Amino acid sequence: MKIGRTRPSRRTRRTTGLEQAKKQAQNREAELDQKKVFTRRALVFGGIQVAAAGALAARMYQLQVVEAKDYAVQAEDNRVNTRLLIPPRGRLLDRNGLIMAGNREDYRVYVIAERTPNLKLTIDRLGELLDLAEDERARLVRDIRKRRRWVPFPVAVDLSWEKLARIEANIPDLPGVVVEKGLTRNYPAASSTAHVVGYVAPPTEDDQATDGDPLLSLPEFRLGKGGIERVLDKPLRGQSGYAQVEINAAGKVQRELSRREGTPGPDVSMTIDLELQRQAMGLLAQHRSGAVVLMDVHTGEVLVLASFPGFDSNAFVGGIGAELWRNLNGDITTPLINKCIQGTYNPGSTFKVMMSAAALQAGSITERTALSCGGVFTLGNAVLHCWKKGGHGSISVRDAIKASCDIFFYQVALRTGIDNLSELIRRLGGGVPSGINLPNEKPGIMPSAEWKRRTFPNDAKYHPGELAITGIGQGYVIATPLQLALMTARIVNGGFRVVPRIVKGPESVFAGTNLVKPNPKPPSLGFDQRHLALVASGMAAVVNEPGGTALRSRIDEPGLQIGGKTGTAQVRRITLAERAKGVIRNEDLPWEKRDNSLFIAYGPVSAPRFSCAVIVEHGGFGAEAAAPIAREVMLAAMHKYIPLSERKLPDPVRRSRAERVR
Amino acid sequence: MSILTARAPPPSIFDRVRSIHWLLVLCLMAVAAIGCVLLYSAGGGNFQPWADKQIQRFAVAFALMMAAALTPLRVWFKLAYPIFFGSVGLLTLVEFFGRHGKGAVRWIDLGIISLQPSELVKVALVLALARYFQRLRFESVGKIWALFIPIAMTVVPAGLVLKQPDLGTAAILLAMAGLVLFMAGVQVWKFGVVIVAAAAAAPFAYSKLHDYQKERLLTFLDPERDPLGSGYHIIQSKIAFGSGGLFGKGFLEGTQIRLNFLPEFHTDFVLSVLAEEFGMMGGVVLLGLYLAILFVTLGIALRARTQFARLACVGMAATLFLHLTINMAMVMGALPVVGVPLPLVSFGGTAMFTLMIGFGIVLSAHIYRQERLGGKLLDDD
Repeated sequence: MKIGRTRPSRRTRRTTGLEQAKKQAQNREAELDQKKVFTRRALVFGGIQVAAAGALAARMYQLQVVEAKDYAVQAEDNRVNTRLLIPPRGRLLDRNGLIMAGNREDYRVYVIAERTPNLKLTIDRLGELLDLAEDERARLVRDIRKRRRWVPFPVAVDLSWEKLARIEANIPDLPGVVVEKGLTRNYPAASSTAHVVGYVAPPTEDDQATDGDPLLSLPEFRLGKGGIERVLDKPLRGQSGYAQVEINAAGKVQRELSRREGTPGPDVSMTIDLELQRQAMGLLAQHRSGAVVLMDVHTGEVLVLASFPGFDSNAFVGGIGAELWRNLNGDITTPLINKCIQGTYNPGSTFKVMMSAAALQAGSITERTALSCGGVFTLGNAVLHCWKKGGHGSISVRDAIKASCDIFFYQVALRTGIDNLSELIRRLGGGVPSGINLPNEKPGIMPSAEWKRRTFPNDAKYHPGELAITGIGQGYVIATPLQLALMTARIVNGGFRVVPRIVKGPESVFAGTNLVKPNPKPPSLGFDQRHLALVASGMAAVVNEPGGTALRSRIDEPGLQIGGKTGTAQVRRITLAERAKGVIRNEDLPWEKRDNSLFIAYGPVSAPRFSCAVIVEHGGFGAEAAAPIAREVMLAAMHKYIPLSERKLPDPVRRSRAERVR
Repeated sequence: MSILTARAPPPSIFDRVRSIHWLLVLCLMAVAAIGCVLLYSAGGGNFQPWADKQIQRFAVAFALMMAAALTPLRVWFKLAYPIFFGSVGLLTLVEFFGRHGKGAVRWIDLGIISLQPSELVKVALVLALARYFQRLRFESVGKIWALFIPIAMTVVPAGLVLKQPDLGTAAILLAMAGLVLFMAGVQVWKFGVVIVAAAAAAPFAYSKLHDYQKERLLTFLDPERDPLGSGYHIIQSKIAFGSGGLFGKGFLEGTQIRLNFLPEFHTDFVLSVLAEEFGMMGGVVLLGLYLAILFVTLGIALRARTQFARLACVGMAATLFLHLTINMAMVMGALPVVGVPLPLVSFGGTAMFTLMIGFGIVLSAHIYRQERLGGKLLDDD
């Protein structure tokens, strides 16, 4: 190996000078060739470098200038996660501001699917801590997988302290599990108000498909599903807010970029009086099943809408369990049914009040028309009886109401005719929906000739027998307790068409809804006020005069006398309870076969303010089961809302007459 | 220039230091500085965990470069083969004693530092090839037999690297050797033959690839096919580039990096940090610096008097060129993800040391540009 510039080797020294010179020339030539080739190719290489750099710069230009906007958007999408904020749901208050539906702060457990390496394992561990059954865990895993991976999914809400502590202690073993505070819908008087207030529950897939509100995609959002919660769901929801958070690649929130709080739903006042409602439920609790409606006869405001038994609407908020649902649904006393508006019953003798009003208006009887009751009434081949053996003798309408004479009203029905009755009683509110703003109201039935033709094409004639028993509220005629209370109200308020209302305010909730608005001047129904006053006095006699069927439920306090009418309806038609079971009718269940006990009332007699309807399912005589309940509720309502100064003594004329009778 | 007119090597260390090509040194330092800034940013505005180490390493690498620069070129010529055999030996050792990292055996533990012989071998191969062609007569370059040895010198280490497996480095070794051979004067048609043969063998080679390598290749062709898997790197890197725009989001303001959307942004994908925070301007500046280094190196090669010096310079330039081109194209989604670092910028020790030593040799070629080496001339068998 030779290093150095031109140090001559021994061999070169041996060669001749000429050869040496020649070789050196060749060397130099070769060297020059080599250098020439290298230089040429170095230029090529330099060109390649420039071209490559140009290509790279062009690519940069393409990405960073031409397509920059797209990528900027993608970078924002990466970074920013917009989260909807659920606004606090508007509360539901009773007419005096007591909370019927509120929001309670609670602790809840969420699972964020993308933060756990093994969702199933996490849910299993969590399930052990929360005592979740195997199928519930499987359902959770399914539900969570349906949602987007980064949306926190609520596994349990309203954690007890014990469970909360258990989870907190195990949090290191629970990747993806987060405990956070939240607001849960809460019904402090659930068992008394469940039917009216309703409940909220997780939205179903159908709800999500039909409702465009993005809030529904949040697993912790709750949708109004029954009662006023359903009717006023949209206004109660409020306006959703949003928070933009910056997340890292692992989905972990780094910081909040911006937040716009939503607008809470407005608090809505209802016409219900929670105290009275509770009292009514308490009174009904002496029996197995029943309903109480109490309303203001002038404004239509419903103060009590009690259907017993109730249920715990709080159980629905977290999503009701299958077993509880089965139990509630299968219960013979139909706790899920709001009997006030969905229970339809033969009104029995309470119907005599409406019959009287209709017949007087139709002119088929007058105040003085006396009809005879011999205890037995023969109609063609049929023999109909009065409840009183031996009959009432010759009797006019006021006394017929007081004594609840059946045969008087058979004849009234036959004299008036079904179409007259139908038209007039529908005007009072029978057989048509009352218009109260609650879901699934039943219209009841006020039959007519046309109705009979339509319903029974094979037996189209309205037979006299059918007509006669319609006169005592049996047969085809059925009504809800609310309709009974409403018809009573319209009779005792002087014939004005009040509409039952359940929502009191604020004004804003009436806008854009079909809620019944307050109407200070309801239209007249076209009934003669003297006829209605006569009927009302008949009802007063029922409670206050000797021979009245509800004398035991009399109120002696000055100015607070009530009028009423008893009803005892045979359970010929299937009751709702039976309908729920279907086959049970022929089984030997005594409770099932007992008569329904009904009572309608109004008060005070001197200046009617409230009307009331009570049914105790299979409670026997109206005077025994239903009337005392109506008395208590009426009394409490009048105590509360009628100041002493307004408690007028009964009209002297009427009193003198009452005294005369006495 | 005037001081360098002496035909003999500058006698004093002072003269040698004065004749160092400071522009080249400056460009190298500028690139390394950009790297440190990016690693500082990648650390979330911290010297930990990368920038501080990178600075220390650069200090060491700089010293190594200076030492290499001041070493007479003839010493490098003498050491060329020993270094080559040494690094091929280390590469073989890796097979048996190597440390595993990311599914490949690449590191060898030397107590103080762990070494990546596949990086060393790049410089070693440049030296060995340059040495070989220095000794070969120029007329012989055109002969087939003359290519056996350099091809063997290339294929053996390339094969060992491929076995690790490290497709990127193997490809760079082959391409770099190809460029050196081209500069040495091998006829162009021979490259044509090799390329055609390689294209014909490609399907066979594809079947021999590791699954993850196939995956990368397929993902390159369509990054969207697996947006959360292999394609993720490319997609997120492109987003970093694109969202950086012309002037970038600003130092320490890159969201893709801050929020960890970019994986491996301190190593192979460090360019996307630059692109996101300093925009296309930052990228162009870096590209310009690289180009300056390459051109200065080519200039040194053109002025050198020996084939060894020329080819050593060109080999180093080729190594740098291939690295930066492949890396940049890769992070911009124009080439498959092959795991090639961005020279002097990516976090990594061995690559920086070997590259700086390599450019030390280039500097040495400049200092000793008038020096001639014996060997390949006609009178000198």
